[in-house]
Parts: sequence; C-alpha cells; structure tokens
Amino acid sequence: MDWLGHLNYWVVIFLMMTGFYAVIARGNMIKIIIGLNIFQTSVFILFISAGKIIGASSPVLEEGVDLYSNPLPHVLILTAIVVGVATTAVGLALAVRVRENYGSIQDDQLTEDEDGEPSP
Amino acid sequence: MSVLEWMPFSVLLPLIAAPVCALLPGRLLPWLLALISVTASAVIMAFVLPQALVEPMRYFFGNWPPPIGIEYRVDAVNGFIGLLIALMGAVILPWGRLSVNREVPERQGLFYALFLLAFSGLMGITLTGDAFNVFVFLEISSLSTYVLVAQGGSRAAPLSAFRYLVMGTLGATFYLIGIGLIYILTGTLNMVDLAERLPAVADSRAVQAAFAFIIVGIGLKLALFPLHRWLPGAYANAPSAVTVFLASTATKVAIYVLLRLVFTVFGLEFVTSMPFAEVFFVLGIIGILFASTWAIEQDNTKRLLAYSSVAQVGYMALAISFVSIAGISAGLVHMFNHALMKAALFMCVCTVIYQAGSPHISAFRGLGRQMPLTMLAFVLAGLSIIGVPLTVGFVSKWLLIEAAIAEGSWFAVVVVLVGSLLAVIYIGKVAEAAWLRPAPEGREPVREAPLGLLVPMWVLVIANFYFGIDTRLTVDVARRGAEMLLGASP
Repeated sequence: MDWLGHLNYWVVIFLMMTGFYAVIARGNMIKIIIGLNIFQTSVFILFISAGKIIGASSPVLEEGVDLYSNPLPHVLILTAIVVGVATTAVGLALAVRVRENYGSIQDDQLTEDEDGEPSP
Repeated sequence: MSVLEWMPFSVLLPLIAAPVCALLPGRLLPWLLALISVTASAVIMAFVLPQALVEPMRYFFGNWPPPIGIEYRVDAVNGFIGLLIALMGAVILPWGRLSVNREVPERQGLFYALFLLAFSGLMGITLTGDAFNVFVFLEISSLSTYVLVAQGGSRAAPLSAFRYLVMGTLGATFYLIGIGLIYILTGTLNMVDLAERLPAVADSRAVQAAFAFIIVGIGLKLALFPLHRWLPGAYANAPSAVTVFLASTATKVAIYVLLRLVFTVFGLEFVTSMPFAEVFFVLGIIGILFASTWAIEQDNTKRLLAYSSVAQVGYMALAISFVSIAGISAGLVHMFNHALMKAALFMCVCTVIYQAGSPHISAFRGLGRQMPLTMLAFVLAGLSIIGVPLTVGFVSKWLLIEAAIAEGSWFAVVVVLVGSLLAVIYIGKVAEAAWLRPAPEGREPVREAPLGLLVPMWVLVIANFYFGIDTRLTVDVARRGAEMLLGASP
C-alpha cells in the first residue's frame, strides 16, 4: 500500500480526530471553538484533495492542455469556509455573552438556569 | 409566470426580504414585511403541491440543467413538508408579535431578519435537489437559529445557544464529510444522479462510511435520542416565538432530509443491507420511553414540552424503522400532526408566561378559572398529543400501530401505548395544576390573554381537530410520498 501517496488523507484523519477530541474533551469555550475549526478544516482538506488530479493543469482553458484538475471541490469549500468563519464569529460572540452572564467560560462547570428567569 | 417559475420564490422571497427587514426601523414594519413574505411563500407552496403530486416539478437555476447546475425538485414529499413549514410560519408570526414586543423590545428589524433567514433556510433544505445545497441551507437556518435562541433574555440563553451551536456544527460537518465521500465516489451532488450512480459502488467501505456520517450528522440535527442533549435547553431558553417556530418546523425538516437521503439517494436495497432499521427501532423506542419519563419529571413547562418533542421524534424514528409504505406514511403524517399539536401546546405555555410571567407549574395553579380559553386550548392540544380519538394525535398513533402490526412487532405497539400513558401523566400534571388547584393566595389575579395571542392559538387547536376528522389531505399525500420514497411509484 502506498502510504506516502495518501499523505494528505492521513493529515485529514489526524486533524479530524484532534479537532473532534478537543470539542468533546475540553471545557473551555474558546478551546471548543478552536477544536471545531480544526475539525472543519480537516474536511476542507478532504474535499480539496479530491479535486487534485496528478499531472493535470489548473482549470483554466489553455491550448495544448487536455487534463484539468476538478475546480468544483474548491468552489464548494469556499462556501464551507464562509460558513466556518460565520460559525466561529457567532460562537465567540456567544462566549462573550456567557462570560458577561456567568463570569466564566468553562462550559462544563456552568449549568443552564433551570428557572429561566430574566437575568438581573 | 407559471407555477414552476414561482416555485423558487417560496425560498427567495424571505431570503431577499431578510436584509431589507434588518434595515427597517420600528416594530410594525419589520413584522409586517416578515409576515407578508412568509405568507406569500405559503401561498406559492399551496399552488405548488397539487402540481407536484401529478409529477415532480423541476426548476433549473440559471437554466443550467443538472448535474452542472443546481435544481429545485419538488415532489409529493417535500411539497407536503414545504407547505407545512410555510403555513406554520404564517400562523406563528401573527401570534409572535406581542411576545416579541415583550421579550425582544429593541432592534426588532434584526430579529425578524434572522427569523426570515431561518425560515428561508428551512424552505431551501426542503425544496432543493442538490446534496451540497442542503448543507448550505442547513447552515443558513442553523446560524440564524443560534442567534435567535440567544435572544431569550434569560441568563442561560447564550449558554444554551452555544451548546446548540457546537452540536449543530458537528452535525453539519459530519453531513459534509458524508457528502464529500459520496462525491469523491460518484462525481455528482445532484440527488437523482447520486441515486443512479451509487448502486454501482454500493459495496465499498467508503459508501458505508458516508452513510454512517450522514445518519449521525442528521441525527444530531433532528435530536434523535442520545443526540438530543442540546434540544431542551435551546427550546426552554429561546424567546417564545422562536420556541414555537423551532418546535414545529426544525426537527421536521431534519427528518425530511433523513428520509430523502436514505431512501431516494442511497436507495432501499442499500439501506436494507445496513443495520439502519434495527438502530432506528431501538433508538426510537428508548427515545419514546426515556424522554417521556424525563418530561414527567420537569417542573419548567417549556422544558417539559421540549422533552415531549424528543419523545415524538422517537415515534417518527420508530415509524421510519419499519421501512414499509405504511410505516413511512405514518412517520410523515406524524410530522405534520406533531407540528400542529406542539405549536399549539407551546403557544399555550408561552401565553401563560406572557400573562403570568413564569413557566413553572406552580404558576399554573388556578389558571383554569383565570385564563379559561388558554387552558382549555392546552387541554385540547394535550388530548391530541396523548392520542384521543377525533384529534390528529389519534390518526398518527393509529397509523403507527397499524404499521407495527403489519410488521408483527407487538413490542412496538406496547411501547406506543405506554408512551401515550406517559403523555397522559405529563399533560395531566399541568392540566391538574391549572384546573383543580386553587390559585396561590396573595397572587394578583391573572387575566385572560389578549386576542392577538388567543386567535392563532385557537386556529391551531381547531386544526388539530379538523385534520383529526378529515384525514384526506394528510394521509393521502403522505401515502403518495411514502410510495415515492420507496420507489413503488415514479
């Protein structure tokens, strides 16, 4: 089996597991968001790897070239990156609000207010 | 313009209206614009459904036919779900105006803009025929929902929203991994194309992994038991109007995506080769029993109804797990019916919060005399969730039990009946406090809710009975949809 030829997929799996572990195991909200980012990035690399065709040129029409890489995964991932940035922004904003309300961002030490009364 | 050309506007109108809404000043204008665009969306879907029943409607964006372009493809299943979502939006917005004025007093333009984004995201997920497009709309609706939940005003609202964000993003990313794997294998993202090309590669480990990723990802979104942890907090701490809207639409759309991908894209043959039915059967049953029991333990009525929602997702999972036309049509009917009854119940509870200021059962004591119309609506909608004849809940449970008997699964029948008994307890707990307990001494008498809250609530309660008696629309369309999903008809 060609281990080195699949290097990018090994990187994907390593990053995916690192990010996923951080999301599950960490209590600090910022670390959870960092974990989410690493997790999403691994998926971006998975898609982009799939677009690469060995020996192919970049997908711009040119004379004398008949093998092009697949541009579609890049386009998809551009969308996904935008989504990732937006998620990070919303997540960080929520973390700020949580800190204002509780004085802490240790997710695992906070409990959701059972009575749901308005904050003072 | 023909109905086909209007069809994409049921998604586009709210999407275009959202940024306009964000710029509008004051309270009346943003609400009015939101109401108009959501109602227009509902009207379009009402014209689309009859045509979609005859044959699937396909709209190619930019006139690029698939697989190059993105298409919206509406058939009996998603026409039905789309109409349901748009109608719920059009009923909830008039109800929401008063409670939003109370709970989100400032910058309502932004609030309604987010509501419209969440709405158009859900509509987009429902109508699109492209697997990646589903992801994009999923994130549009999810991101706006996280922000909406955080507007809840209670101390815990941002925390609940954050937990929902983490789980929701994990779910969407799992879905993206699954889509990535099947794209690598087949080179297409169009659902119909995928369905044609997947059988050739169905034996590979990669397709099985993709299937598992997609099921877990959507399972997080639909709050299937053990993946439901985000739901009670998000529902309990969101603003009232958001809770009602989410409870009646968000999980339904997730179930639709599940059905579409599992049966249309992966296909019946592949699904029966995977342990899909067994897993959903077990999780459905555990979900019904555990979540109903947790609902009984709750003191906060919003949380109580949220756990009841998890239990209802269990019924739908159980119905789907039979992988038969009877089972899936029971699931589809229950989606429609559950939207009606849960929206009505949440409206009642949130109306009590509006008038009496607290979601706790202790605040409900004596309300039967003081808010008779609201509490009567609660009892009637409660009867529906229990499954009393003449209500929509009875129709759902009847179809579900029929499907279970056809499969010879007596155990499932017993679980459905036990689930109904548990529902009697948790609904009864609230009804008993309202009707049989005296009002606590020293409390200011609570007055009946204003008409703006009562009318939409009673519209839904009457719908609960109307569709419980006249089942032609729901049961027939759901059966057509189930036949289409299982490939028994084109």
